[in-house]
Amino acid sequence: MTAPDPASLLHPVAAGADLMPRHVVRSRLLGRRLAIWKADDGFVNVWEDRCIHRGMRLSAGVNDGAELVCQYHGWRYSNRNGNCVYIPAHPGEAPAGGLRVATFACAEKYGLVWSGGSPDAEPPSIPALEGGEVLVLRSLPVNAPAALVLEGLAGYSFRPTAALGTDTPITTSADAGNPHSVTVTATTTGAESSVVFFIQPAEAGRCVIRPVLSAAPAPEERLATLRHHARALEELRAQLEDSSPAEAAVALPLATLEPLRSGGTAGAAGGRHPQLQVRVARKWVCAEGIAAFDLAPVAGELPSFQPGAHLDVHLPNGLVRQYSLTNGPDLTGVYRIGVKLVPEGGGGSRCMHQSVHEGDALDISTPRNNFTLRRDAARTLLIAGGIGITPLLAMAQTLARQGLTWELHYFAQSDDHVAFDEMLAPLAEGVTTYCGLSPQETGAELTRITRHYGPMQHAYLCGPGPMIDTARSIAAEAGWPTEAVHFEYFKNESARDDSSAFDVTLARRDQTLRIGAGMSLLNGLRNAGIDLPSSCEQGACGTCIATVLGGEPDHQDVYLNDSERAAANRMLTCVSRAKSGQLVLDL
Amino acid sequence: MNASVPQEPGAAILDLWHPVAIREDLRAGETTRTRLLDRDVAVGLDDDGSPTAWLLTGAQHDAAATPRLLPTIAAYEFAWTSLGTPPEEIFKIPECDEPDRRNLATFSVGVHVSAPRAVENFLDLGHFPYVHAGILGQAPRTEVADYRVEVDPETNELWARDCEFFQPQAAAASTDGQMSQYTYRVPHPYCVMLYKSCPTDESRFDVIALFCQALSADRVLFHTFMSVIDEVSSDAQIRAFQTLVSAQDKPILENQTPRLLPLEVGDETSVRSDRASVAYRRWLGDLGVDYGVIPRGAHR
Repeated sequence: MTAPDPASLLHPVAAGADLMPRHVVRSRLLGRRLAIWKADDGFVNVWEDRCIHRGMRLSAGVNDGAELVCQYHGWRYSNRNGNCVYIPAHPGEAPAGGLRVATFACAEKYGLVWSGGSPDAEPPSIPALEGGEVLVLRSLPVNAPAALVLEGLAGYSFRPTAALGTDTPITTSADAGNPHSVTVTATTTGAESSVVFFIQPAEAGRCVIRPVLSAAPAPEERLATLRHHARALEELRAQLEDSSPAEAAVALPLATLEPLRSGGTAGAAGGRHPQLQVRVARKWVCAEGIAAFDLAPVAGELPSFQPGAHLDVHLPNGLVRQYSLTNGPDLTGVYRIGVKLVPEGGGGSRCMHQSVHEGDALDISTPRNNFTLRRDAARTLLIAGGIGITPLLAMAQTLARQGLTWELHYFAQSDDHVAFDEMLAPLAEGVTTYCGLSPQETGAELTRITRHYGPMQHAYLCGPGPMIDTARSIAAEAGWPTEAVHFEYFKNESARDDSSAFDVTLARRDQTLRIGAGMSLLNGLRNAGIDLPSSCEQGACGTCIATVLGGEPDHQDVYLNDSERAAANRMLTCVSRAKSGQLVLDL
Repeated sequence: MNASVPQEPGAAILDLWHPVAIREDLRAGETTRTRLLDRDVAVGLDDDGSPTAWLLTGAQHDAAATPRLLPTIAAYEFAWTSLGTPPEEIFKIPECDEPDRRNLATFSVGVHVSAPRAVENFLDLGHFPYVHAGILGQAPRTEVADYRVEVDPETNELWARDCEFFQPQAAAASTDGQMSQYTYRVPHPYCVMLYKSCPTDESRFDVIALFCQALSADRVLFHTFMSVIDEVSSDAQIRAFQTLVSAQDKPILENQTPRLLPLEVGDETSVRSDRASVAYRRWLGDLGVDYGVIPRGAHR
């Protein structure tokens, strides 16, 4: 008999009932240690039981419902895709793209959780378990190889549930339907039950028997049934271990189990290319002039992101626009964005409002985390103007979930312009909404909001340019240091000057390029074959940042704060240029 | 993945001094048996009260055989021995000689992990808010500020300097917590110490050290030692603090896989705050340490 490659099949790894809310289960399959946890959205994650950082078992970590937190250094891994989303030692920085734990396929069937190497593999179908309720019996680890265990299980003897209290003669028959399970049926007058034994090949010489009973007994018979099988299985285990060869190494060599995605780092993508295809799963009007979109993956799982992240959306009309993600940790499976209609704008929002419909496919970038939320503040102030609510909504939900201290101040034109009501509602205690204020009144409120600065406080601003400018200067007067005030402009409204010409030396390549008037540094670099990532290309989002090793940058962006500008060690290559005749970049 | 296949230590480990007993625990006329690098070792006191140690092999378990005597030294409250040719002197901790110091062996516990994993844990600031919450750190104050790492060219010891971390109970009198300054020193592949400002005299430093006794490649006796300027606390109070902290590290260390420390860069993901750990791994590789580690280039 040629057995199918065990790695191409799904094997049972846990009972569904083991996956208690906010719990992590430890298992083992084909020699791999697994950490299995169910998120609050019902998704079951089967991961390698090993933090990519220092090898700590993730099964000793904390399941917070949306993220699994390693117990050693608090690294947080996201539901569904296993991406590392937060490294507490560096609260001001998004983890490098592509940091992730190894993940495995997962399915649920017959009350068991199944996993294995191949994404299209499925759990076996067993006729005896189809079409009725089943009862998962206790699992039983055995120090014996799978083949021997299956052989022994064919001799399992038990009474049908309906005949438990009787001593009528029983006939049993065994059917090894496939190489990894055996069905034993017991029959007596007027009663029949089947037990299907699935084998979880844990490691060489050791497996776990996972029996499932059909049909499920009535509630009042449940306890007696479980006891009956517990005793019978215990006897069977003793027999199996007695007859197992002493050298377990005699067991067949195990197949290797390859993860769907291995852990560690994947390379970050450059350029401004679409990287993902999504489908508009839902589109709705969420406020006056604001359309909301839920974008679902066409295949696989969406990459995770930090609160404050944005996407590039490649529109059907050829434009590329940036939209912040509003998702809190609980909203998984879609990216949710809000788009404000700007009738006199460049056509991006008109296209999203008028030409993009539910069911349409869109190309997007992976999320870019350039407006990073620290999760180590004593108090976090979130100040939103208009559609600037979107990244701050993601931040508020994250802070609320982690039990940190925060307040969200939301300035809108009118009640009708307040967006994402249903997402704001659960946050109500921390949210203050201000409608229809004049610029003077807004300034007065901002003064009041920012009047108490204390150590380890941080403020995040997103909104129209004039409002951010005002809020930044008011906060500065109130004693907020520039490092504590984080901001994101929708766009760079300042006049930009690209008339200068200069040389740029690439320190890692020992190469010097000439950037002439009218050409951006970013495009000059691209012409030389350096595919620096970029997104807004107007100095607002921070994606195309480069480290400056020499020369004086001519900053024309609205991303860096004053102290970062003064430090002159980083610059945005899309709009900024050189005041000195030469720049040296760490590229 | 774990050290089911015993490793054989090379000269880089054999020729070192290794702690084998707390000096104070040894009694004249009594012998203590222990393990070192997969071998059985007996430790006792000679007629002068100096520690003595010998190797126990199969034949020598019966009293008639002549034991192979091992070199011994008493230092920092421990008896040390070596299975190879050790240097004349053990690394110096000059602070311990100051007359007003209290030098104490504080706590020893067996941990099922390699010595290098234990040393790396001791060198690590990032775990304080998670593993020692409320004592050495407290979430959400989790940031690890940049610090410097260097190998001293004269002594070839590894140092991490200018380390700083927010600690909720750095001093008994503080209510808000404070930033504590640390310096780490690794003078020996299996020994590490930290210098921390002394609460009673800011110009001097308390010393806390970890001396690992490698029982085997993946089992260690985790010995801690302190040299402090403290006229108030009892020995028991000083020991209780170290016991608590070490007891918090033990379950973490025993849940790391593999138990051996991988020296290959890229086997585990490191970030900026791990530079001491990254430097330690490289330093071990450069010293030729081959026991308790997965050497560079080895395939797991």
